[in-house]
Amino acid sequence: MNANIFDMPPETDIAWCPGCGNFSILKIVKQALVELDIKPEELVMASGIGQAAKTPHYIKANIFNGLHGRAIASAMAIKATNPNLTVIVESGDGCSFGEGGNHFIHNILRNPNITHLAHNNMVYGLTKGQASPTSQFGFITPVQVQGVTNEPFNPVALAIALDASFVARVSITDQEKAKELIKMAIKNKGYSFVDILQPCVSFNKVNTWKWFKENSYYLEDTHDPTNKVEAFKRATEKGKLPLGVFYKHSKPCFEDYLPVYQTNKDPLYKREANIPKLETLINSMRK
Amino acid sequence: MGINIKLGACDKISEYKNDISLVICGAAGQGIATVEELLTAILRLAGYNSYSTSEFMSRIRGGTNSTVIRISSKRATAFLDRIDVLIPLSPEAMRHVKGRISSDTTILAEENNIDTELIKNPENTIKIPFTDIAMEIGGKIYSNIIAVGVLAALFRIPEEFPANHIKSRFATKGESVVEKNIAAIKKGYTIGKELYESNKIRITVPTDDSIKNNIFLSGTQSIGLGAIAAGVNFISSYPMSPSTGVLVFLSQKAKDFDIIIDQAEDEIAAINKGVGAWYAGARAMITTSGGGFALMTEGLSLVGMIESPMVLHIAQRPGPATGLPTRTGQEDLTHVVNAAHGEFARVVYAPGTPEDGFYLTQKAFNIADRYQIPVFILTDQFFVDSHYSIPNLDVSKTKNKKYFIKTESGYQRYKLTENGVSPRGIPGYGDGVVNVDSDEHTEDGHITEDVHYLRPKMVEKRLYKKHKLLVAEAIEPELIGSENYKILVIGWGSNYSVIKEALEELNKNEIAFLYFKQVYPINKKALDYLKKAQITIIVENNATSQFGKLLKTDLNFNVNKQLLKYNGMPFSVEEVKKYLEEAV
Repeated sequence: MNANIFDMPPETDIAWCPGCGNFSILKIVKQALVELDIKPEELVMASGIGQAAKTPHYIKANIFNGLHGRAIASAMAIKATNPNLTVIVESGDGCSFGEGGNHFIHNILRNPNITHLAHNNMVYGLTKGQASPTSQFGFITPVQVQGVTNEPFNPVALAIALDASFVARVSITDQEKAKELIKMAIKNKGYSFVDILQPCVSFNKVNTWKWFKENSYYLEDTHDPTNKVEAFKRATEKGKLPLGVFYKHSKPCFEDYLPVYQTNKDPLYKREANIPKLETLINSMRK
Repeated sequence: MGINIKLGACDKISEYKNDISLVICGAAGQGIATVEELLTAILRLAGYNSYSTSEFMSRIRGGTNSTVIRISSKRATAFLDRIDVLIPLSPEAMRHVKGRISSDTTILAEENNIDTELIKNPENTIKIPFTDIAMEIGGKIYSNIIAVGVLAALFRIPEEFPANHIKSRFATKGESVVEKNIAAIKKGYTIGKELYESNKIRITVPTDDSIKNNIFLSGTQSIGLGAIAAGVNFISSYPMSPSTGVLVFLSQKAKDFDIIIDQAEDEIAAINKGVGAWYAGARAMITTSGGGFALMTEGLSLVGMIESPMVLHIAQRPGPATGLPTRTGQEDLTHVVNAAHGEFARVVYAPGTPEDGFYLTQKAFNIADRYQIPVFILTDQFFVDSHYSIPNLDVSKTKNKKYFIKTESGYQRYKLTENGVSPRGIPGYGDGVVNVDSDEHTEDGHITEDVHYLRPKMVEKRLYKKHKLLVAEAIEPELIGSENYKILVIGWGSNYSVIKEALEELNKNEIAFLYFKQVYPINKKALDYLKKAQITIIVENNATSQFGKLLKTDLNFNVNKQLLKYNGMPFSVEEVKKYLEEAV
C-alpha cells in the first residue's frame, strides 16, 4: 500500500482477521479520498458497530464511532450542522440494514448530502457467524440451523425504490472499479449509497472471494441510470448480482432546504443566539 | 332585547371577590381553547391577572375537557377544585366536573347543557340561550363568543375592549367574520351587563395596570424561549404528548432564529442526531416524554460515553407504557436520573414556574457544554399546558458561553485532565481531528481494552470527577415561608405553585416549603434545611415518592410523611391544604 495522508501510524493494531475483505476496502477508500483531494480535518467518518464499523479507526480523519445501527442518523445531523464537512458513513450489513434499517429508509427520503458505504459480507462477523439481513436463502449458521428462511434484504432495490440520489453496487474482488464507483458516490450530491460485496473469511464459507467473482457481473454500458424502472428491474433480477451504478437522481438535498443556510453559509458553530430578536419576540407576547 | 334571560327564583346576589375560578367545560372541538384565549387576552387588556390550565382527553373531537381560568389579584397559578363560575358547553359537561360544583357555584348555561340533578343551588343557575342567540347572528359557531362577551361584562371590562380585540384577532378572516363576531360579543356583553345590573352576580377582583404589559405564555413557551436565549440551533424530535409543543414552538420560530428542525423517524434517531449535531458544533436539544425517552436511553448512554453535551426536555405524563397521554404526573424522575446502561454524570432541572422554565433551559445549554454531559429539563403536562401571565423575562440576566476550542495537530479529544473535563474540539475547526468512540477509548478516541490503566481513568473522568463539579454547581433549594419552621413541606417541579398557595392559605408560621428546581444532583445545603425541621412532608405526583427516595440515596435523609397523587390529575390547592391541616 502506498503512503497516504489518511494512514494511521504503522503500530496501529487492526482488529480484523487476516485475509478479511475489509483490508482491501480500507485501502481503496483511503485512495479514493486522496484522489478526491479531501482534507482529513474536513472529513468525518461515521460508523456504528461491527467489524466494518471499525474502519474509521484505521483512517486518519475525524471519526464518529457511535452506536450500532445509528451512524446514519448521527451523520445526517453532522452534515446539517456543518455542510462544509465531507461526511461518510461506513458500516456493515447488520448495522446498516438490520439495527439501522429505519434510519436507512428515512434518510434516503430525507436526502442529506452524505455517502453511505455498506460492507456487505452476508453474515455477522463480530458476533461470530449468525445470519445478516443480506444472508442468502438457505444459509446455515449456528442460529439458523436449518438455513435462513428469510428472503435476503436487497438494499440496492430498496434504495432505488425510495429514489436515493445515487445507488451503486461494487465487489471488492475488483478493487480498481470499486474505487472509481466509491469516488463517484462521494462526489455525488445527495444520499449516495454503495453496496460493497466482500467475503468474510472466518464465518461465511459460502459467499467467498471466488463466489463473488463468479456470481457478479457489470451492468452493460448501455444501462441508463436515470431510468428508475429499469434500475429497479436490474436490482431485483434473480441469479448473478449486477455491479455498477444502478440509479442516479440529481435533486436538492436536505441541507438545500434548510432556511438557516439560505443567506448565511456559516456552519452552526460560528453562530450566536439572536438576543435582540428574542427581546422583540418576548415583547410581542405582552398582549 | 328580544331574548329572555331566565333568572333564578330569588334575587340573592352571588358575590365573588379577589380570586375567581372560572371553568369552561365541553367536548373537544367545541372551542374551549378559543374562549380561554379570547377571554384571558381581554382580561389582560383590562389589567386582570389570569392563569389557566386545561385537562383534556386523548382525542381530537368529542369527549369532555375542561379549562380552569383563575383571575386573581394574588397571581395564583395552581389548580383549584373550587368552581366559582361554570360554563358547561355540552350536556355531559356538568357530570364531568360534578364533584367540584357547590352551592356557591354560579352556572351560566343554555337549558340543554344543564344537568338538573347536579344543581346544588337553583338560585345560582342562570340560563342563557347561547345557541339560539348565535343562530340569529349567523350560526352556532358564535355561541362561545357570546359567552366571552357575557364574562367580559361581568368583569366590568369597558365595552370597547372586547370588540376591539375581536377586530384585531379575526382581522385576517375577512370583514363578514369580524362583523358577526363583534355582533356576538356585543350581544353577550349586553346580557352580562344586565346580569350585573340586576344584582344577580357580582365579581370584584382588583385590577393592576402593570398587568397590561405582562408576558403571557405557556410552560411550553417558557422552555422554547429559554432554548432560544441559549442559542439553540438544532432540534430533532419525534412527536409525543405532552412534549411536542416545544418542537412546534421552535419550528414556528426557526426562520427567525436560525434553528434546524428535524422531525426524526423515531426517538432513537432523534437523540443520535442530537449527538451528531453537538459533535459538529451545534447547540442541540431534543424534546420527548417518558416512552420516547425510554427509546433514547441507549443514545443517552452514548452521550455519557463520548462526553457529548446534550439538552433533553422531558415532559412527563403518567405511565407505564402509553399510560394517560394527555394527563400529568411526576413518575419519570427515577427513570431520568438512572436511565441508560453504564455509569456517567448528569444534571436534572425541574422548573416549577415559567421563569424557572426559561432561565433553567438557558442555563442547561451552558452546563451541558461546559461539562460535556446530558442536562435534563424535567417538566410535566400540567406545567407545559398551563398559561401564565408574568411581569418579565430578563434576557440580560442570561449569558451564553461556548466551550469548544480550536484544535491543533495532535489534538486528543479525551486528554486526561485534573478536573476530568477535556477541551472539546469540533471537526473542521482547527488542524486536529476529533475522534469520538462509543467503545472504551484512549485519549485519542480510539478503541482500547486497557483495563488496567485507561478504563479506570476514563470512568473516573466521566463519573466521579464530573459529578463532583456538578454537585458544586447544583442550584440550592429555595425556602419559601418562615425560617423558623417546625414543619417543612418538600416539593419539586410543577408542584411549586400548589404547595406555595396551600401554605399561604394555611398562613401558619411553623410551616415552610422547600422547593427544589434542581433535583439531581442535590445541593448539599438541602440537608441543613431538612435537618432543621421536626417533621418533613413530601408532596409528589407519583406513587412511590421518587424524590423522597433520591433524598435518601443522595443525602441519606428520611422524609417523615408523603402526600402522593397518581391519578393523572394535578394536586388542587384544597387537597394539599386539607392534608397539611390534618398533618399539623
